[in-house]
Amino acid sequence: MTKTMAKKDDNNPVVLKIKDVAKKIYNTILLQKQPQLEMPIRSLSNVTYNDKDGYFELLDKTKTRTLTASTIKTFAQTLRMMHLSKNLVETDDIATKREAYYVSKNWGEARFKEQPESDAVMDDIEAMMAVNREQIGFIPEEKGGAVAGELIVIDKDQDTGKDLEIDCTKFGSGAYSVPSSVEHLKFKTKAKFVLAIETSGMFERLNKHGYWKKANCILISMGGVPTRACRRFIRKLADDHKLPVYVFCDGDFYGYFNIYRTLKVGSGNAAHINEYFCVPQAKYIGITPQDIIDYKLPTHPLKDVDIKRAKDALKNDPFVQHYKEWQKAADQQIKMKARAEQQALAKHGLNFVIDKYLPDKLKDHKTWLP
Amino acid sequence: MEKKSAEELAKKHREISIAEFFEKNRHLLGFDNPRRALMTAVKEAVDNALDACEEARILPEINVELIQLSETRFRMVVEDNGPGIIKAQIPKIFAKLLYGSKFHKLSATRGQQGIGISAAVLYGQLTTGKAAIITSKTAKDKPATKIKLKINTTTNEPQIMEETEEEWAVKEHGTRIEIDMDGSYNKGRQSVDEYLKETAIVNPHCTIIYTNPEANQIIFPRAAEELPPEPKEIQPHPYGVELGRLMKMLESTAAVTLQQFLTTEFVRVGPGTAKEICANSALLPNTKPKKMTREMVENLYNGIQKTKIIAPPTDCISPIGAELLEKGLRKEVNAEFYCATTRPPSVYRGNPFIIEASLAYGGEQEGDKTVRIMRFANRVPLLYQQGACAITSSIQGTSWRSYGLQQSKSSLPVGPCIIVVHMTSVWVPFTSESKEALANYNEITKEIRLALQECGRKLASFVNKKRRIKEESKKRSYIEKYIPHVAEALQEIIQLSDIDKKKVEDNLCEILEHTRGELEEISVDNPDYDPELAKIGRDDEDYDSGDEDEEDKKSEKDKQTTLDD
Repeated sequence: MTKTMAKKDDNNPVVLKIKDVAKKIYNTILLQKQPQLEMPIRSLSNVTYNDKDGYFELLDKTKTRTLTASTIKTFAQTLRMMHLSKNLVETDDIATKREAYYVSKNWGEARFKEQPESDAVMDDIEAMMAVNREQIGFIPEEKGGAVAGELIVIDKDQDTGKDLEIDCTKFGSGAYSVPSSVEHLKFKTKAKFVLAIETSGMFERLNKHGYWKKANCILISMGGVPTRACRRFIRKLADDHKLPVYVFCDGDFYGYFNIYRTLKVGSGNAAHINEYFCVPQAKYIGITPQDIIDYKLPTHPLKDVDIKRAKDALKNDPFVQHYKEWQKAADQQIKMKARAEQQALAKHGLNFVIDKYLPDKLKDHKTWLP
Repeated sequence: MEKKSAEELAKKHREISIAEFFEKNRHLLGFDNPRRALMTAVKEAVDNALDACEEARILPEINVELIQLSETRFRMVVEDNGPGIIKAQIPKIFAKLLYGSKFHKLSATRGQQGIGISAAVLYGQLTTGKAAIITSKTAKDKPATKIKLKINTTTNEPQIMEETEEEWAVKEHGTRIEIDMDGSYNKGRQSVDEYLKETAIVNPHCTIIYTNPEANQIIFPRAAEELPPEPKEIQPHPYGVELGRLMKMLESTAAVTLQQFLTTEFVRVGPGTAKEICANSALLPNTKPKKMTREMVENLYNGIQKTKIIAPPTDCISPIGAELLEKGLRKEVNAEFYCATTRPPSVYRGNPFIIEASLAYGGEQEGDKTVRIMRFANRVPLLYQQGACAITSSIQGTSWRSYGLQQSKSSLPVGPCIIVVHMTSVWVPFTSESKEALANYNEITKEIRLALQECGRKLASFVNKKRRIKEESKKRSYIEKYIPHVAEALQEIIQLSDIDKKKVEDNLCEILEHTRGELEEISVDNPDYDPELAKIGRDDEDYDSGDEDEEDKKSEKDKQTTLDD
């Protein structure tokens, strides 16, 4: 995976591909036939769990958008968006998703009404080109995540292009923020593992009390479902330095099957790039349904939507279907009808998590989930 | 306190004449306010005229004239070309309440009770103190009789004020009635104008010449040269007779045996059925009718209910016909869609009846208002008491949403639509003597609903078609809107020349339009529409919205109570 080089390049594969698609459409129209756009279906129904490499692999189901009266608007928008992408790549510029949405306001009748519409079209193009969104010139708004701990990130100075070393131990009570594009980053570290944390609240606590110093690790706050950049950052870091990755989430199905699963094997929506945007080496260390019992954690009752999410995952998620352990855990929790948050550990003292919980969990592999 | 003896009290009790009763309760007859009184008087006179002409098999030509005498006083003149009335009968027909030819027979005529026209005479007399003037001529070579009449309200007997003979050369035969009365002339949906218009619509065989108080003459010319089939008189059906009536019939019959009574006084009862009824009643067929006790009559009544008797004949009633009904509606409303249906005859309480319905949708009608309803009974327009009428409740009880109209739960539908319902029967069950609303008999509401549903289904397929066409044309404009964007994006990506870009646009047009086929168009295509006619009864909106609403609200309340039962 390489970053598109920053120069005007007619031979850029993305530009060539866009031109190719446009030419095909043009030729079909000249033949008086209805042109079509073909792209892979991006959903859990079109992925399989690649056991060997440990990620969601895209299957070959595709959707075809034939130009008809009902599709002509999206069709026109897709072509216009491809044109914008081509311009961005050719001029080595980038546009955020939001900016792209505003660019469309110049397109008269073909403009997008809401940003989700333009995001969907962007995702379609991305999948159609079988590249990463950044390669077609679009970047997300969202932050990649916060990092603290024994890590030096080597970035480039924006002006001089020289290496820039960022020491993640020197942010005090703050943290290093993962950029939206991480391909060019390099790392120096002596840490023993990476701890990815669901909530920034828990991250703050661990950071404040210097847990990373104590355990010699790198703390990363995902802030909910990890962004692509965050996933790629952890993956590169773990790959480069052969670090184990432990994941610490709330004890609920959102934590298991949205946050952890997406980090580990990727998502249905980004299936065409999961191979690089996932962290197969990740292991789940907490909070598990068994932890709720073992640590007598205070709980909240499961809502109907929680149970529906679990049943959905059991039925449709290839990752859950692959791991008996996860199925057991899900069944156990459905029976308990309860969930527990990371912060629930505070019941035993505010720093119980640092003094007891994490050390105990890290020691005992049997309490983990795959 | 001084005690009163029964004898003293008894002195206060005396018979009430029917005329006195209605003098006090004139609202029961439709004379409750000046506006309605004028309409009711015209209605009673015109109904009688039409009945008379049809009975005599004469194509009716009716002259109606309203002359304003003072601000609140009007003279109503109605003149027909009917058979005329013999001198001896004139006083009773026009000046005795409950005197009529139609009460004791069952046939589909407009009049029923023999109250209407005498009530108009009574109303005129009450409000002006003047006598009604009746002129009638029965044959070309005979002179006309002119009688000035009043009603003696104490005795309900006619009082002849003056009787003369007159030439009346312009008329071969016919009757003319002139009544002065208090009234108020307004236009709108409950006016004389509207009444006459609707009458003309459902009676295409008659000509009505109407001169309104503003001295404008409106002529509703005859549209059909044929009279509707003569309404046949039938005997009552056993199922429709109640115990009391049965006793009265047994008393007055000329039949010698019970079997003979059954076969001669009823329709659909032959010797076989009569014997069966007798067996079911545990009575001998040769029982003498006049000697039957109350218990025996009750047995007979129950026996009748147990016996299976064929439904009454239905050839005694004749509908307007779906075709004529729709044609009438076409004159009145300029719409995109019309349909009409005539139900097969059905029976309530032993009385045969037929329901017809018609509706017009779209076109120039307003879409955000409650649908307009036109109600008719035996070809007479019903303008008042809409809320109390079985037709209205049936329309409310029909689910119009599936037929493409808006409707909130059990209320009248909303949409650009007019609904017409006509009931014809040998005996139309009105809720009151003013004959403005049909009573809620299950058999009748069921038939009305079936007729409405038939029309509704046709309406639904039209509304769906209209929607499809609308969507289709929307899609087409959609195509035209976005084709340039496809072409422009392609031009930008692969640097097409303007000529190539144009070619892309043309080709796309062809490709997309080709797959869609011809676009059908819906528009108003109604050569029958008569805007002059449609305008009648439409003016005077102000008055309309005030009075009519009040009336409707009141009836709405009445209806609510009946529904709660």
